[in-house]
Amino acid sequence: MLRKIRITLAALFFIAVTFLFLDFTGAVHTWLGWTAQVQFLPAVLALNVGVVIALVLLTLIFGRIYCSVVCPLGVMQDIISWISGRRRGKKARFGYTPAKSLLRYIVLALFIVAIIAGFTAIVSIIAPYSAYGRIASNLFAPIYQWGNNVLAYFAERANSYAFYRTEVWIKSVVTLGVAIGTFVIIAVLAWRGGRTYCNTICPVGTILGVISRWSLLRPVIDTSLCTGCSLCARKCKSSCIDHKSHTIDYSRCVACMDCLDNCSQGAIKLQSRLKKMEAEKSSESKPTDESRRGFIATTAIVGTSLIVDAQRRKHKMKVDGGLAIIQDKKIPHRDTPIVPAGALSARHLSQHCTACQLCVSMCPNQVLRPSSDLATLMQPEMSYERGYCRPECTRCADVCPSDAIRPITIEEKSSIQIGHAVWVKENCVVLTDNVECGNCARHCPSGAILMVPIDANDETSRKIPVVNTERCIGCGACENLCPARPFSAIYVEGNNVHHTI
Amino acid sequence: MSQNKDITRRNFLKMMGLGATATAAAMAGCSTEKSRNAITSTAPQGEMTYRTTPSTGDKVSLLGYGCMRWPRLSEPAPDGNVIDQEAVNELIDYAIDHGVNLFDTSPVYMQGWSEKSTGIALKRHPRDKYYISTKLSNMHNYSREASIEMYHNSFKNLQVDYIDYYLLHSIGGGDGMGLLNQRYFDNGVLEFLLEERKAGRIRNLGFSYHGDVKVFDYMLSIHDEIKWDFVLIQMNYLDWRHAKEINQANTNAEYLYGELEKRGIPAMIMEPLLGGRLAKVPDHIVARLKQREPQQSVASWAFRFAGTYPGVLTVLSGMTYMEHLKDNLNTYSPLQPLTAEELQFLQDTADIMMQYPSVPCTDCKYCMPCPYGIDIPAVFSHYNACLNEGRILNKGEEGYRTARRAFLIGYDRSVPRLRQASHCIGCGKCSPSCPQRIDIPGQLHRIDQYVETLKRDIEK
Repeated sequence: MLRKIRITLAALFFIAVTFLFLDFTGAVHTWLGWTAQVQFLPAVLALNVGVVIALVLLTLIFGRIYCSVVCPLGVMQDIISWISGRRRGKKARFGYTPAKSLLRYIVLALFIVAIIAGFTAIVSIIAPYSAYGRIASNLFAPIYQWGNNVLAYFAERANSYAFYRTEVWIKSVVTLGVAIGTFVIIAVLAWRGGRTYCNTICPVGTILGVISRWSLLRPVIDTSLCTGCSLCARKCKSSCIDHKSHTIDYSRCVACMDCLDNCSQGAIKLQSRLKKMEAEKSSESKPTDESRRGFIATTAIVGTSLIVDAQRRKHKMKVDGGLAIIQDKKIPHRDTPIVPAGALSARHLSQHCTACQLCVSMCPNQVLRPSSDLATLMQPEMSYERGYCRPECTRCADVCPSDAIRPITIEEKSSIQIGHAVWVKENCVVLTDNVECGNCARHCPSGAILMVPIDANDETSRKIPVVNTERCIGCGACENLCPARPFSAIYVEGNNVHHTI
Repeated sequence: MSQNKDITRRNFLKMMGLGATATAAAMAGCSTEKSRNAITSTAPQGEMTYRTTPSTGDKVSLLGYGCMRWPRLSEPAPDGNVIDQEAVNELIDYAIDHGVNLFDTSPVYMQGWSEKSTGIALKRHPRDKYYISTKLSNMHNYSREASIEMYHNSFKNLQVDYIDYYLLHSIGGGDGMGLLNQRYFDNGVLEFLLEERKAGRIRNLGFSYHGDVKVFDYMLSIHDEIKWDFVLIQMNYLDWRHAKEINQANTNAEYLYGELEKRGIPAMIMEPLLGGRLAKVPDHIVARLKQREPQQSVASWAFRFAGTYPGVLTVLSGMTYMEHLKDNLNTYSPLQPLTAEELQFLQDTADIMMQYPSVPCTDCKYCMPCPYGIDIPAVFSHYNACLNEGRILNKGEEGYRTARRAFLIGYDRSVPRLRQASHCIGCGKCSPSCPQRIDIPGQLHRIDQYVETLKRDIEK
């Protein structure tokens, strides 16, 4: 019974968190955003004291139930392990192993040092929520989006506006590689040994393991009933039940309740540390796996789709129709990376970000992508060659669970200067093509760009843009909509610390 | 099509499911039952209305085939050809079979491929079965050599040794008289063409006109000397009295036709449907027209309007689809002229339509390609379509939510983001090419601003 409750809750949590990463429309966040906020590491980095205390209390009462229910990476491992058990026809395939305490504490120490020292790359590679976010946004989301695009294809033909196309693109090759690596390693570990990662590497698991040594409720083997059949130990994915000595290593037990429901003698019961409480009679019915149905962990490698513009024949005379070929924009060199409004500064972002990719997968304007820079590896940064930071959107700030990007309103956003535009004279079409333009000024939401005549003495001469840095918020509308290609004639340089107008 | 425009997600998924089932069922039964429900509207044969050209006595079909909108290949052929030749052959065969005998093209149509394609299709028919009309489209390079080369190329591309109707293409554009002189008078090209007419290689010489009325008046003032055999003008029930209202630089068709009729010059008509805009009218106009003639298409009204005037020689229509060809053949086989009461009814309809500020783009693509990659006609056509469906709304108005979603999603579907109005820099290279004299950058910027209010979800 307890096991079924655990499975049901875990399923709900897992679906909710995963859907948060898949849903590119941003509609789901309002309802499910909290499932990311109750994750341990983001809560710690956000200094979200309430959530941290609640999670500690939860662990003090139930043990590491967080690992079995709340943590999506933990649940993903359970799913893989379950599939493994079914495929290999060995449902009871584990066995007790001694704790690798030294390894666990070394990793935890390393992890804490990395956080303090600001080696964020190490932190985000090891942390469970970051790892899952990476996998969900890089491997699961493209599948979801392609599925959506198939529906959009039919919707378009049915003249329905129910679904619209979304573009699937590789935001960072490095991050994709790390995501594939993480998934493969964790999947192999889970396939072979259940919760190996959680009890050797995972720093959150180690912390909660320490706390759960004193948890109020824990499974206890009743030696008077135990026949020593070892079923519980063979079913324990944490490999923490020593049936010979009738002891359980509570630092590794993830409170999955599998042993409780599986013991044919009813010899394992949940007992309170204070009172010798009789655990509920375990139900006789065989475990059904209904709630697990529907999960199939799949992996995919994102393929590049190259759009090759067909070469058109060169005409000597001007004829009607046809479309000019548009060159792709290239990313300009930026001395200071641009980070989203709400992040306060590059430093604040890098100190608080868990690199979970939630904001990146949520950005509707194809602006955010994971950084490939070692110091800020996989943390979000902005670029404007595919779109720009639209004034009506605050989605990254809305979804960030760790307060690396603080929540902001649309009004606040319009006055936060995340960068400033810089004009590149050599690229400007007013000069290179000798045409009227002003597209940057026309689209500047803060009126920071003025068009002034090249020749100060001739009011009728062509106009070039000048940037009033005091008003520029760095949204990149100018850069994105600049007709100069492949490099824009106006681009945004990040502000190390954001200013407010 | 407009019945199911507000399909919710749930209903859409339901439809998909039903659709799959229905397809499966249809697949199972299709071998025995062959398209029983297909609409088989055949156009009548041998009943086409013909008009006579005074100069040569040609019996010209009232429906002329405009070769500016041939069906396109989904991908250009290796040599760059954009036209689906098989489809052209099929359309031309059907048209000739049903009495159409005038085909109008130009060296610049269809990215320069129209003449060749039309020539290939017509070559399969006896030369005395059809009349060819083409133009001297020297708008961009009007040196004498280039102009005469263009003229000779038309013979090669069309594979003919005489041209029945030859036009000075689209005069009245640019700065009006200045450009006219440069293109045809200063370089002696008109004299050359008059010689060619004398030699019989041009059987009829005329001009097509858009824009500055001074140019039109001047050309008619020299009629006594030159003897224009015909003139091609834009005429439809909206342009009859509202052309000037749509654009200050244009001239009402009522005046143009009247001037030609006075002089006994036959009028060829272009844009009888205003680039399809008189077929794709707002829903309430559809209702109004269909109420009177439920069996007839919306477009048929416009064709009957153009054909009703006796001085009209032929009405050119760029028919991309077989359905349109059949519909127009039906309208003119034979023509049922409009009564005085019906003419008034159409004028009233035009007055109502003028209340809706759609962009008067006819999708002729003269403005294309935009050097900065914008798909100008596609932007206008999306905007006009939404306008016709009553979907251009401002925040607070009833139905705004669904209209906003439909406009924005539909915009991304019909125009790739990189080719949308937001990328118009206003260089103005397009405007002089527009025969409708639309202030293209101005309109694009206006639409872009509307898109911006929708995206930001703010009041105008």
